[in-house]
Parts: sequence; structure tokens; C-alpha cells
Amino acid sequence: MSELAANAPLPAQSDKKADEFAYASQWQLTWWAFKKHRLAMIGLWVIGLMYLIAIFSEFFAPDDPFKQNRRAVFHPPQMIHLIDRTDDGLRIRPYVWEMKRERDPETLAVSYSPSGDKVYLRLFGRGESYKFWGLWETDLRLLATVKPRDKFFIFGADRLGRDMFSRVMYGTRISMSIGLVGVAISLILGITLGGISGYYGGRVDVVIQRLIEFVLSLPTIPIWLALAASLPPGWPIVLQYFVITLIVSLIGWTELGRVVRGRFLAMKNDDFVVAARLDGASEPRIIFRHMLPSLTSHIIASLTLAIPLMILAETALSFLGLGLQPPAISWGVLLKEAQNIRSISQAPWLFIPGGFVVVAVLAFNFLGDGMRDAADPYGQ
Amino acid sequence: MIWRYIVKRIIWMVPFLFAVSVVAFLLIQAPPGDYLTTYIAKLGESNEVLDQATIDNLRRRFGLDQPLYVQYLKWVANLLQGDFGMSFEWRQPVSDLVWERMGLTFMLSFATLLFTWAVAFPIGVYSAVKKYSIGDYVATTIGFIGLATPNFLLALILMYIGVVYFGTDVGGLFSNEYKNAPWSMGKVIDLLKHLWLPVVVLGTSATASLIRIMRANLLDELSKPYVDTARAKGLSEFWLIMKYPVRVALNPFISTIGWVLPNLVSGAVITAIVLSLPTAGPLMLQALLSQDMFLAGAFVLLLSSLTVIGMLISDILLVLLDPRVKYE
Repeated sequence: MSELAANAPLPAQSDKKADEFAYASQWQLTWWAFKKHRLAMIGLWVIGLMYLIAIFSEFFAPDDPFKQNRRAVFHPPQMIHLIDRTDDGLRIRPYVWEMKRERDPETLAVSYSPSGDKVYLRLFGRGESYKFWGLWETDLRLLATVKPRDKFFIFGADRLGRDMFSRVMYGTRISMSIGLVGVAISLILGITLGGISGYYGGRVDVVIQRLIEFVLSLPTIPIWLALAASLPPGWPIVLQYFVITLIVSLIGWTELGRVVRGRFLAMKNDDFVVAARLDGASEPRIIFRHMLPSLTSHIIASLTLAIPLMILAETALSFLGLGLQPPAISWGVLLKEAQNIRSISQAPWLFIPGGFVVVAVLAFNFLGDGMRDAADPYGQ
Repeated sequence: MIWRYIVKRIIWMVPFLFAVSVVAFLLIQAPPGDYLTTYIAKLGESNEVLDQATIDNLRRRFGLDQPLYVQYLKWVANLLQGDFGMSFEWRQPVSDLVWERMGLTFMLSFATLLFTWAVAFPIGVYSAVKKYSIGDYVATTIGFIGLATPNFLLALILMYIGVVYFGTDVGGLFSNEYKNAPWSMGKVIDLLKHLWLPVVVLGTSATASLIRIMRANLLDELSKPYVDTARAKGLSEFWLIMKYPVRVALNPFISTIGWVLPNLVSGAVITAIVLSLPTAGPLMLQALLSQDMFLAGAFVLLLSSLTVIGMLISDILLVLLDPRVKYE
């Protein structure tokens, strides 16, 4: 930002810029620094889109994710075409090529081939009705077939003929929210323990530091497995969800605790803290009103970097069958279908949820990197 | 001084390992019911029913009727004598089942560590020296994707490629004919042939982050005045970089053993399950699911110890290699 002021050729403009810089709040400066990080901006957009899907998954999914369809087992993915070449000339409307199901008379193997007909789609069309957030009934879908009886499979279908695209949309809801809830739990643990440890120091600090070291030295995955294996299998989905989140966040708080402790230690004797103390501010006031606000941006950055770890952990656990159990849908549960080498060689589109995992994790990493760089706008 | 530090660190491991053993024991005790409940349920599926007297008898024989702390103390007392107890499911001493698999796990982790270094070091140096070149961008991109891809997904994709394009099953660590054979030269060669896939799968994410660390560290060093001085004195560019900045940048590289080794050991569990490797992972998972507590406990304990030892090694190496690190 300072170089902006120094390099600007027009004096009038540079004055204005310098003024703007001088009067900008900390958050404004952070935002300016963040905007310069191009990858982080892309990450922000991707994550925004993913949470949009997570919030409105019913609307984004063209079909009921649980509905089985014996006539669509391992239906291959269909491309959506936009430019429709008909006898009347070109028209822009979305459609897919219909696939015909055939059974080889000798081997009984099922195969799909284009029938030559088109299935027309409509944006914001009417599909099967559903309860939005379980609250009110509607049938508005992002994409629906013009003729209600037609089907289309953007990501193909799984071994029970369920629409993969709809399932991935629903999986996004659970996978993306587990990271958020897990981070919230880590945040509480990390700030409390890290803050106490750094602010009071002494014996409390030693005990908490040993605890963090101990948790860090435990091999994560075996411990997760052991914890997850101890869940009784018959639990309702909501309960499973919370326990898995708890397990996943149990490890996550240590890193945050260390960051917070380090900052508190460094800040404890800063002028403004000493001034507040001499002014007779109470300890909670010093901690929450004076010290924590200058940490917020750092905390948000480390939280952002912790979310992908939790998404990966949930995916891995569910993939092994120890995390969420069907009928719950998460990316990991979906990937479990891809565990069998025979089914993926027949239906490689079962890998698609994995692509979502990779994209989400990458986006969070970019976003977190950008935030960390922008977290301290006065630093440069 | 240094010896005192090492001895102190080793003594510190005792309470650590004790805590680990408590955690391991609690973890395997956590599931509701015990091995017998699982066993009875399994028999029930095939319509066999045990009468209460037999169940009580079995429970007494396995020591499952005693209070928790007695079971724990017995377990630890036996552990100290090198006895891990009996596996309920396999009807064999746990130590017979565990050691070969732990050995293979350790070997796999170590091979991966070597691979990680061998790949990350040159690429990291290259990325830093040729900053913002095409090669740097390629390395950074691959690195990011490597960080974001879960191990098991990578394993699945490689297996898929193997089956669909090469028509071979790439899972496992041994070919069929060597699976149960005693160790021989042929078996070792066979092992090496199969080793590359799990090593690549396991090593990717660690390699990716090491490249980033190496690049960042070296970039910091390269802008320092002593590099300019050396260049001004006419040292060739290659020696200039290798002799000073790389050596300094290598320091944090070594301290990463502390987390790379534990991560590898722990990451290997899932990869091993996907690739059906005869390492600790798959057997531990099975033992956890069937509540075969002594077997599961042994694995949790041994894997945790391996982690603690990894941290110890890295702390000691760090002190040995960098005189600036204080050992207090």
C-alpha cells in the first residue's frame, strides 16, 4: 500500500490515495491486501459457490438423491449441450442426448448408447416436489427436464441407479458444514486453552503445553479409527454427525492453541496492554477487549487452514466405513462406492465426489494463505 | 550438555508412553460391549446360541469380568515383559501377529521418507533459484494438488489406471507366490517391485509441503548480503548456492522429520487398507471392528510409540545439526 503512494505519478491522486490509506480501518486495509492475492480471490469464489450449494442443495439437485432406479444402473454421465441444431435453424436451449439401455443377449452385460433423441432441459424448471429445508413444499429446481418423465444424469448414476449429481449436491451440505462445525469447536478449545496458557504463563502454561504436545504426538488416524470404531452402529444420523465432528476437531484445536498462545505471550507486555492494565481494566476486559481483537485476523486465517483438514478427515473416515453411514450422504460416503476396483473400472464417474474434495481443499488452502498474508496489514 | 539433553528427552518419554498406554487402553475399551458380545452376535448370525454358563466361563477366561483398572494393570504388567496378550479372534499371541506387520510399516514409512527427501530437495532448490519460471509454476501446481488430494483417492486413481490401462492389479506388497514364503533374495526383489506405488501415494503430500518449505526458506536466504558477497568473489553459481544458502535452508527441512514420520505412519493406515498392503493398518482396522482388544491395543500403542520416537529423533537431530537451537 505504501508503494502505491510512492509510485503514483499524479500528486493530487497520490494525496487522495495516501489520505484513504491513512484513514482506512484495519479491516479495510486487510481487504485491500487480500484482494491483491489472486488465487485467494478465486478460492473465495469457489468456497462461496460451494456453500451456496450446501445451503440450497435441494434446489441444485435435479432429483431425489435416494431414489433408486433399476433402469439406470451405472448410467454414464451426459454432457449438457446449449446450441440446439434443428431443422428450423440454431436455437440456444439446454439439452442432453438420450441414452438407450441395452442388454447383451449372451453376456447379459448392460450397456448404454445414444438413441439419437434429445432430452430438453429448462433452467428453473419444475421437477419432482420436495420439502425445502424440511419446511415448505416446492418443486422449483435449477435444472429440470421439460417433459417430467424424462431423466438426465450429469454425473452419471451409481450401482442403484441413483443420480450422482444430486447425491454430490447433498453430500456438499454435510461435507462442507462438518468443517465449519468442527472448526467452531476447535476455536473454543484453542482460544480458551491457548489464551490461558499464554496470558498466565508459569505452571498453567507448562501443563497446557505438555497436553498439546501429547495430543500432537498421538498418531491421528489410528486414534480417529479407534474413536470412530467405538460408535455404536445404530445411531441416528444427526448424532453420528456430531460425534464425528467432535472426533475430527479433537486434533484441530492444538494448532490454534499454539498460535494463540504465541501471540498472547508476545503481546502481553505490549504498550497498549500495559496501558490498559495500569488503567485498571479487569482481566477479562484486557483479554477480550484489547488483546483478542488484534488477533482476529490471524485466528480467522488459521481457522480457514484448519477446515480442509477436517473435510479430509471426515472423507477418510466415511470412506473406510467408520464415519457417517448411509443413508447419510457426504463426499466420503459417496467415495466409499468407489472403493471396489471392479465398480470404478466400470463406472469411473464414481470418482467425481473426489474431485469436489480436492477442489474444496485447494480453495480453502488458497483462501487461508491469502488471509494469512493479509492478516497483518501494518506489518509490511 | 548435549548428552544431558538427550538423556532428559529420553526420560521424558516414560510418562509420555505411560499416558499413551492409558489412552490406548481407554480407546479399545470405549466401545459398548466387549469381544464376547461381538463374538456371540456373530455366532447368532449363523444360528448358534451359547448358553449363559459358557459365556460366563469364556468371560472369566479372557479376564473380561474384572474391573477396568485391574484389566489395565494386568495388560501393562504383561506389556513390560514383552507379552501383548492373546488375540481373541486369531487365537494366537498378539506378538506373533504384530511384529512382521510393524516391521513392514516401519520399512514403508522409512522408504517414503527417503523418497520424499530425494524428490523434494532438488525440486525445492530449483523452484527457489528459478523463481517464477515455468518449472517453478509446474512444481507449485503439482505441489498444491498433491496437498489437496487425499492419499486414498490417489491410491484408487493409480489402481484404476493400473487395471484399466495396464491390466494388472497393483495392490499388495508381494506377488502371490511370495506372499507366504519365507524371506529370501527373490522376495526382497519382489517387494521392491511393489514398493513404488505405496511410496508414491504416501509420499506425495509430504513431498508437496517439503517443496514449499524448502522454496520459502531458500528464497529468504538468497536475498541476504552474504550471497552477494560470495557471488562478487567469483564463486560459481552452483557452488555458491549449494555451499551456503542451501545448508542454512536445510535446517527446518530436518526438523520436519518430527512430523513427517508420524504423518507417514498414520497416513499409511488408510493407504494400506485401500491397497491391501500387509502392514499394520488393515489388521488394526479389523481388530478395532471386532473388538479384538489386545490386538487393537498393541497396534495403537506401537504406532503411538513410533510417533513419539520420530519426534525424539527429530529433536535430537535438530540439536546436533544446528548449534543455535537451545537445549533447555
